[in-house]
This record gives sequence, C-alpha cells and structure tokens, in this order.
Amino acid sequence: MNIRRVFAMAYKEALQIWRDPRSLAIALLMPLMQMTLLGYGVSLDIKHVPLCVFDQQNNQQSRGIVERFVSSGWFSISHTLTRQAGIRHAMDRGECIAALVIPANFSRRLATTGSVGVQAIFDATDVNTTNIAIGYMQGVVALINARIDARWAAAHGVRLPRTGQVDLEQNTWFNETLDSRNFIIPGVVAVILALVGAQLTSLTVSREWERGTMEQLISTPVTALEVMLGKLVPYFVVGLIDAVFCLAAAAWWFGVPFRGSILTLFVTTALFILVVLDIGYLISVRIHSQLGASQVALLITLLPTTLLSGYTFPIDQMPAPIRALTFFVYPRYYVTILRAIFLKGSGLADLWAPSLGLLVYAVIIIWLAARAFRKRLD
Amino acid sequence: MNTAGPAILAEGLTKRFEDFTAVDHLDLRIEKGEIAGFIGPNGAGKSTTIRMLCGLLRPSEGRALVAGFDVDREPEAVREHIGYMSQKFSLYGDLTVRENLRFFGGMYRVARKDMGERTRFAITMAGLSGREDALVRTLAGGWKQRLALGCAILHRPPILFLDEPTSGVEPEARRRFWDLIHDLAADGVTILVSTHYMDEAEYCNRIALIDRGRLVAMGTPSQLRSRHLGGRLFEIRCAPLGAALQVLRDAPGVLEAAIFGDRLHVLLGPGGLDETTLSGFLEEHGVKAQAARLVTASLEDVFVQLVSGHHEGQA
Ligand SMILES: Nc1ncnc2c1ncn2[C@@H]1O[C@H](COP(=O)(O)OP(=O)(O)OP(=O)(O)O)[C@@H](O)[C@H]1O
Ligand SMILES: [Mg+2]
Repeated sequence: MNIRRVFAMAYKEALQIWRDPRSLAIALLMPLMQMTLLGYGVSLDIKHVPLCVFDQQNNQQSRGIVERFVSSGWFSISHTLTRQAGIRHAMDRGECIAALVIPANFSRRLATTGSVGVQAIFDATDVNTTNIAIGYMQGVVALINARIDARWAAAHGVRLPRTGQVDLEQNTWFNETLDSRNFIIPGVVAVILALVGAQLTSLTVSREWERGTMEQLISTPVTALEVMLGKLVPYFVVGLIDAVFCLAAAAWWFGVPFRGSILTLFVTTALFILVVLDIGYLISVRIHSQLGASQVALLITLLPTTLLSGYTFPIDQMPAPIRALTFFVYPRYYVTILRAIFLKGSGLADLWAPSLGLLVYAVIIIWLAARAFRKRLD
Repeated sequence: MNTAGPAILAEGLTKRFEDFTAVDHLDLRIEKGEIAGFIGPNGAGKSTTIRMLCGLLRPSEGRALVAGFDVDREPEAVREHIGYMSQKFSLYGDLTVRENLRFFGGMYRVARKDMGERTRFAITMAGLSGREDALVRTLAGGWKQRLALGCAILHRPPILFLDEPTSGVEPEARRRFWDLIHDLAADGVTILVSTHYMDEAEYCNRIALIDRGRLVAMGTPSQLRSRHLGGRLFEIRCAPLGAALQVLRDAPGVLEAAIFGDRLHVLLGPGGLDETTLSGFLEEHGVKAQAARLVTASLEDVFVQLVSGHHEGQA
C-alpha cells in the first residue's frame, strides 16, 4: 500500500464532495432531521388511545369531563359502558387500553367536599403504551383541575385518577416515560448513523462507473485497498460530523444524561462509522449504478437495523433464533455501547465485548470490500 | 521493462462475450518506438483489443505481452509501464485541470520533485496555459483530449494506448494532436492508436486493419497500398452515380466500385473492362460518363477493398 496514492485519492474525493454542496448539505442535515422525526416519533407516536367510559353519574357535568378527554386528542372513546364488567370484556378483546369510571355520586361529592375520585384502569400488557397513556390521563386531569370553577379552585380540585397502578405516584410515571426515551434515543442515534453512513459511501464507486471515470482509474497501478482507504477518509470526516450532530442532539435537545467519557464515545463512534461506511462502500463496489447501490444500501441497512438492533425491541425478549441473528446486526453493538456510555458512564474496559464485535465486523467488511474491488471491466 | 523483444506482442488473442466473438485470434507485433495505427469499422474490436492489452479485460484465449509482461498474469506490472486514454473521455469533470493532473500524478507516483515540471509540460502541451483552474467539464473537446493525453503520459510510460483520441475533435485540433503523438514517438515511446479517420492512417508507421475481430492486413501505408489492392484504380465522373454503381457491380473485370465524393472509384482487374472501354460501357447502359483516369490509391480505397473482400470471403 502506498500512502501517496491514498492521499491523492482522498484529496480527489474530498474535492468532489466539496464541489457538490447540495449532496453535502443533505449528508449533514439529513441525520439531524431524522433525529427529530425519530426522536419525537418514539415518545409521541401514540395518539387516540382507545378509552372505555363507564359514566355512572351521566349528567352534564360528568359528560363534560368525558368530553375533555376526547378534545385533548390523546383519547378516543371506543365504548360507552353501562356495566362495570364491560370493561374487562372490552380490554380482553383489545378494544380499549384504558377505561374511565365516573362514580354515581360524582357531582354531589364535588359539590360538598370539593374533591372527587375517578377511577382509571389500564391494560398493562404493553408497558410502554400504558405508561404513555397514564401520562396523557394525568395531563387531562390536570387540565380539568385547572378549569374547575374558581370557587372550588380556591379549595381543592378533582382528585387524581385512582387505579391500582397509578394513584398517587404520578410523578414517577412521568419519569418513567422519560426514562424510556433516554433508553431509546441512543438507539435512534445508532440507527440513523447506520442508515446515513451506508448511503454516503454507497455512491462513491458506482459514481465512477456511471461517469466513465472508472476505466481510467483502474488503468493506473492503484490497488483496491488504496482506492478504498482513500475514498473512505473524507466520508469518515462527514460521518463523524453527523455523529457529533446526532449525539449532541441526544444530549442537549432530548436531554439524555451523558455520564461517560468523550474519549470512549469518540473511539467507539469512530469504529462504528468505519463499519457503516465500509458496508456502503462494499455495496458500491458490487453494484455499478448509483441508484441501485443507494437503494440496496437502504434496503439492507433499514430492516435489520430497525428490527434487530434492539433500539426499540429489546433483544433479550426476542426468541432465541432471532436473538442469535442479532449478533450479525452491527448496530446492536453500537446501541449497547451508546446506552452504556450515556446512561451508565461505562468506559472502554467495560465495553470490550461490543467494541470487539464492531472491530471484528470492521476487519471482515474491509477485507471483503478490498477483495470485491476488481480492476477489470469484465 | 524487458529490453529485448517487441513492445507489444499478441498471439491468438481472443475475446468472447458470451457466444459473441469480439476479437478473434489476433496476432500483433509492435516494435519499440513505432506508431501503430489500429483501423477498422465500428464494432471491429479495436477497443476490446486495447482493453485486453491494458489488462482491463481478460483474454478468453491466446496471450499478450506488453513491455514483456503477460497482460493476464501480471496486469499490475503492465499498468506500471503504460499510459491509456480510453475512447470515452474519462477524466474528472468536476475537478480542475490542475487537480486532475495532480490526481493522476499521485496514482502513478510521479516523484514530487518532478511533478511541477511535468504538470507545466502537460498544461503547455494541451494548450491550457491560463486555464489551469478551470473545471474540466467546461473545456471543449480538443482541450479535453489533449489533457487526457497529458494525464496518460505524466509518468513517462514507454508504451501508450490511445483509443480513438481524436474522435469528435475538429480537424485543426486533430492535426495538433498528431503532432504531439509524433513528438512522443520521437522520444522513443511506442504508441498504439486506434482511429476510424482514414486520413490519420497515413500518419502511422504501420497499420493494423481489423474487421469483425480479425486482423485483415498489417503493414506500412505504402506496403498496404501496393500489396493489397490487386488491380488498378480508376476515377470516373459520371451521372447518375447510383445507376452507374448498379451497372458496374456485375460488369466483367470490375473488382470494386464505390462512390467517392461526386465521382466513382472503380478497381479494375486483369481481363474484362479497362480504361478505354469503361466509359463506353457506362454510356451503353444509359449513364453519362467522362473518360476514366488512373489514380493513386488512397488507404481508404485499400480498406474498402480489404474489408468488403473479407466479408465476401466469409459469406
Ligand atoms: N462488455 C461487452 N459485452 C458484450 N459485447 C461487447 C462488450 N464490449 C464490446 N462488445 C461488442 O464487441 C464488439 C467490438 O467492440 P469494440 O468496442 O471493441 O469495437 P470498436 O472497434 O472499438 O468499435 P468503435 O469504433 O465503435 O469504438 C462490438 O460488437 C461490441 O458490441
Ligand atoms: Mg472503440
């Protein structure tokens, strides 16, 4: 390998990136955009939680309360029940996730004591959704409290919803949703970098084929390894900038606590970027059209990365054969690493296993990509 | 580089694309310092042959040595000794003149101390002084071609492959390009250049005529002229040309008849018609004709003769 050629290659590639400011802007802004979309998506994607209502009071005041739930946009009434037993029935059939029970003496108790309890029941099969629904419920109740007649506002409000799960511990529940966000956002960073990284390099070799510059290039004594390293260098810089954007957004925008060291973060992130770029490069070497290469890159990174990286679907809850499959899904290592660095403050020594996973991956892909590059037209 | 032996040697060189044979058992021997012209109609297999000689395509059969290295087994050694200009322009359009030169200088590992001088030489040669920082895609055809040549010779290769370097370039620029080729040859560079401009064939030391993947003839321009025509060539003004052509096709003694501008070129073999009877024969068949005139055959006449004869032989 000749370092002069690697430099010449890297310099040329950097110039080409620089001369195409539109693509560069997309490469730098896309991850941030996806970060906001996916980042908010994971915590706010549940709307219109199906709600059963058993309104025993059924007067204007109680119907007003129910109306508030609907107008919040977070709930939609799936059933209006006349018996308590109907709740169980509706939940069993998955027709509602939450139920609201308004007692028969609602108006009288509110009038006499200034405080009244309503019962909220949740289907906790899907803990994530339930947590979010509980959060919504509290939000609506807080709104109702704020609107209680000024006379009563001076005294007490409607008491918070009472259920076995919720009751007094509302604040903890709110934190719980935040916690799941802390858990998911680092995963989102990994997914975005995997997607964007492969896209970046998926075009670099196919572009030479499409523009006809490949024939001249491979008539020189340059080696496959020199071409690859040279081409990766400038994209590595772009990839690192993307990583900085995403990680900064995770820490400051989404407020995920960062407890680890920047050095650990840098080393592992650099390793991950190397893997994702080289996967894009490998695809680019195999597929000579830019469009084809970028689509294949999207296809083979999107599904495994979103489904099997453990960023939303916990790996330890997967069936054993699928769990085994995740070892081939490189973002899973980085998801693990990022969570550990952010939330636990782990250092490189703690993270040797997933880091080794990435390293092995990098070596194998580099080897495959260098082998796949043929200096022939046939 | 192997100092004995020819610069380029091909023996039975063959390339098949699936069941189509693009190059068919080609034998070539090109000595050092020669300008060898590769002439043939479209699809003759010129580019395919050149690509095999550059190690870019694997021969299906046969072998070739370039600078003494086997193109199939030692392609990298071959690449160290050659410069190649592909038929389709293939420098980087989004890089400037200077950046392209710097890039290829890097690929060929031209010593840094030589880079300045070589770059300046290439820029002057291409006539691009003052436009060093122009993006290459903004240059006109002739400049692009000369710059491509400049990039291909940055590392002073002893052997150059130029695949239709002058196609689509205006005549003045073509002439300048050939001056450059002759300058390089004077410095001892071996050049294999393909073209489909017949007049350019005259600029070559030797010509290889290929058609349908086969080597049809090889020799110096004057050898080809005298050896391959097989008859005497006459020029005759007549009208209408198409009818005259029809009539002469089956006339006795006519080996070949072709329209040449506003007149006919007729190749007459022994027996049958001759220069005295030719115009009379045409008049008899209702074609107005002037007297036939003996002309020196151009290479184009030779090629027309060779290529059509070759086709008849095959049919
Ligand atoms: N990769 C390929 N696959 C299949 N057929 C090919 C391939 N490359 C060339 N050919 C065919 O081989 C024949 C010779 O092509 P080649 O490009 O060598 O001709 P050429 O003499 O350079 O013609 P031109 O003057 O048009 O450049 C053509 O019929 C062409 O269609
Ligand atoms: Mg060609």
